[in-house]
Amino acid sequence: MPQSPTAWNTASRGAPSRYDLIALLLVIGLLAFLAEGSRGVLAPIATLEVSPVSLAPAHLPEYAARTTMRMMAALVLSLIFTFTYATWAAKSPRAGRLLVPLLDILQSVPILGFISVTVVFFLSLAPGRVLGAEFAAVFAIFTSQAWNMAFSFYQSLRTVPTELSEAARSFRLSAWARFWRLEVPFAMPPLIWNMMMSMSGGWFFVVASEAISVGSTNLTLPGVGSYIALAIEKKDLVAVGWAILTMLAVILLYDQLLFRPLVAYADRFRFEQEPGTTPPRSWVLEALGSSILVARFLRQMRRTTRRIGDLIRNAPGAVRFESREHARRLDLVAIVVVGSLLALAVWQAGKFLAPELGWHDLGTTVGLGAITMLRVFLLIGLATVVWVPIGVYVGLRPAVARVVQPVAQFMAAFPANLLFPVAVFGIVSWKLNADVWLSPLMILGTQWYILFNVIAGASAIPGEMRHVATNLRITGWLWWRRIALPAVFPYYVTGALTASGGSWNASIVAEVASWGDEKVEAAGLGAYIANATTAGEFHRIVLGVVTMSLYVLLINRLLWRPLYYYAERKFRLS
Amino acid sequence: MNAIPRPMTDPQPLLEVAHARKTFPRGDGGELLVLDDVSLTVRPGEIVGLLGRSGSGKSTLLRLVAGLAQPTGGEVRYLGRPVDGPADGIAMVFQSFALFPWLTVYENVALGLEALHVARDEIRRRSLAAIDLIGLDGFESAYPRELSGGMRQRVGFARALVVHPNILLMDEPFSALDVLTAETLRTDFLDLWSDGRMPIKGVILVTHNIEEAVQMCDRILVFATNPGRIVSTIEVPIARPRDRLDPAFAALVERIYVEMTAKPHRGAPLRVERTAGTGIDQTLARVSSNLLSGLIETVAAPPFSGKADLPLIASELQLEIDDLFPVAETLQMLRFADVEGGDLKLTPEGLAFADSALDERKRMFARHLLSHVPLAAHIRRVLDERASHAAPKSRFLDELEDHMSPESAEQTLRAIVSWARYAEAFAYDDETGSFSLENPT
Repeated sequence: MPQSPTAWNTASRGAPSRYDLIALLLVIGLLAFLAEGSRGVLAPIATLEVSPVSLAPAHLPEYAARTTMRMMAALVLSLIFTFTYATWAAKSPRAGRLLVPLLDILQSVPILGFISVTVVFFLSLAPGRVLGAEFAAVFAIFTSQAWNMAFSFYQSLRTVPTELSEAARSFRLSAWARFWRLEVPFAMPPLIWNMMMSMSGGWFFVVASEAISVGSTNLTLPGVGSYIALAIEKKDLVAVGWAILTMLAVILLYDQLLFRPLVAYADRFRFEQEPGTTPPRSWVLEALGSSILVARFLRQMRRTTRRIGDLIRNAPGAVRFESREHARRLDLVAIVVVGSLLALAVWQAGKFLAPELGWHDLGTTVGLGAITMLRVFLLIGLATVVWVPIGVYVGLRPAVARVVQPVAQFMAAFPANLLFPVAVFGIVSWKLNADVWLSPLMILGTQWYILFNVIAGASAIPGEMRHVATNLRITGWLWWRRIALPAVFPYYVTGALTASGGSWNASIVAEVASWGDEKVEAAGLGAYIANATTAGEFHRIVLGVVTMSLYVLLINRLLWRPLYYYAERKFRLS
Repeated sequence: MNAIPRPMTDPQPLLEVAHARKTFPRGDGGELLVLDDVSLTVRPGEIVGLLGRSGSGKSTLLRLVAGLAQPTGGEVRYLGRPVDGPADGIAMVFQSFALFPWLTVYENVALGLEALHVARDEIRRRSLAAIDLIGLDGFESAYPRELSGGMRQRVGFARALVVHPNILLMDEPFSALDVLTAETLRTDFLDLWSDGRMPIKGVILVTHNIEEAVQMCDRILVFATNPGRIVSTIEVPIARPRDRLDPAFAALVERIYVEMTAKPHRGAPLRVERTAGTGIDQTLARVSSNLLSGLIETVAAPPFSGKADLPLIASELQLEIDDLFPVAETLQMLRFADVEGGDLKLTPEGLAFADSALDERKRMFARHLLSHVPLAAHIRRVLDERASHAAPKSRFLDELEDHMSPESAEQTLRAIVSWARYAEAFAYDDETGSFSLENPT
């Protein structure tokens, strides 16, 4: 299995540029705007009543189906976003200069902390209230899926082999045809891989976004997430167990019915076929492939899409050369638009935050952020010590890796927040220190990224290199120091940075947890945001989320990204 | 004959390029000239070859003709009309085949017709005909990855021919293939061409293989580098099919070697046109010290004994001109050899080098490097003058980029680093990106 493609590495290398700053301000402005918009409409919906959830296990299939539907809807939205936003960023260098850093920053926003705000915002938009809540849930999942998919697609568009795109142009494919015949197929394999990664994150969010309390407003959408929320409230450990089992089944089905076929199908779009790799297979795809009905359906689909293409495509003869005058004029328009948006964003954020919050609030959040940061680093360190040796051990044994690798990926997809009640039950029962024992929850779901990336790295060590080590009788610590660790290092960095980002996000639900009416809490920025949400204090939510975004952004820029380039340059085998 | 369109008496040329110039913007806001004042005419029935080394702008010219890029100055006219984008009737065959890996042979071939909105059954008829013509019968449903290189390039040809172009552009179409396959494909193509079984009226072939140019073309335009320009036009009067063993064939190959190694003016090394100043403005090719000593040893030993005919060396060592010329030029720059009139002749120092042991060789190499390569001397001087005896790579990169593209600057610096390491003239640490006089710890 490939390591997760780190999409951001085409974003501006190294030193932050002014476009990063512009993008950052735009995002902060948008957050403030959403919060401002939502605050006004909080009162009228205070009485919102959504169909209650029942703890009977018989309802679980229905809940699971609804949860899955939300995931699907968000995935479709993410794809639409990917195809438009990333295409725009890739095709127009002007737009790309802003859109790419913007994406990078959006990626760092712990949207989990912001679900409350979006919920209220969407409730205010939608005519029917349940629909509004559904929108909000779907939007939350969307924000956990879209960014890295868009990044991956952007990167693919930028790396389409020159001769292929020249061939497409010289045979006068229209822009529409080039997109579907060349660019989308070329981008498909990494995009699907990123969709899988996105789904892993998505399950976490769907569970968190189904049962939300903002101030005095409680929203429950029927689904696995609200089922488990109710189970926690009722202190029903058996129901928690049922929910976990259901989720396991759902993820397994998703994997078998959707992603495995997709991966197997997308294999044909891989540009290079290294010899000796076995192409991925899927029984579902094989079954579908041999069905006549499916074939007939596909033929009909192709005919329809061709007709749509005929309608949409622009005149044959492809693109003419763009005049410089035209380009300059567009540049000017872009500068004016971005400039005014920027001014609006700064004004909006200032107006929203300044009157309510003082400098000491900022000091508090930064201090709490430091505590959470310490926690994340300690946990990543701990996970590293545990999983790197195990990952190397497994990776060097193909037979073991074949079993463990899918399990690790599966574990990464499993929404760890479903397991929180079990842990909290323990903490409450044995009266353990919350500051210490709540921490592991943050990394419960994200540590697997480290494991499966290290496994991938270790199995990619060329046989010859291992033979050399044996031949020179390099063993023990020297073997680890000179061979194993450098070889897996680039993969490890990829895994660790994913785990780190995920852990920050998870801190919002991990640092405060409850079991029935008992509440345990650890000091940290995650708890700050969670408490602000419960209290419905929008200014503090925004402040907390912005502070956390900045932490994540800075750690990415100052630690992970330099490490990544260092690893790429120094240790990449090939 | 520098291909200015002749009046009335000729049939209308298929294609005219008049005084084309192409520049690329450089990082510092300046412009890099890659193609300077190039004119050419293609008439019906002609195969015109563009022969030159990599970086001589021949592929750029081909892209101007294909409408994939726009000339900065001058004009490209196809059938009398200016080319302002990929034109109907000009098709291209690519070096790397550029097949869509997710489409079958048939789908790849049909793609060009689909883009032209040809009717379905017409697409089918013409695609199958093109596949048949090019010898791919039976492979219609295969994917490119299932095919050998030669078969893949046949698909490339079929895809270009199916749109019934007037002009076929070929960008080093055989250079990614092994010698035997390339030869088969060339003869097959020439057979189809001579029999008039292809719909095309004219061909432009880009190549860096002199024998291929002589075998295939009616007229060969020889390109020089820095900036890319046409230095001579050579007519090939030999009747087809052409035989490589024919003395006339060999004589023409020899003549082109002479043209390509001709010194622009006396005294200056062949590719280097010095301008006033520090003299660090020349792009250096990355040639390993092993290749340099290897060529010196080969030429010093019998049967060459100090002087060798370049075509002979090329076939002896199985090197293409893109591999051989940079080595020969580097030897000339270092004054270990002289290249002129298609011959490579070792200087007395070159002969002495061949006779020396490793340590002495390194000392000689260092001496020649520091006295004959201005950039090496410059770096050494900077390192000597600084108290720390160290300087960052970026300092020299910036200087080089005043004169060349960032890629060329990087490549030039890499070349200097590898020679300086061999010569032990100065050290370079890739981790920190710094030059120094110290030995690694």
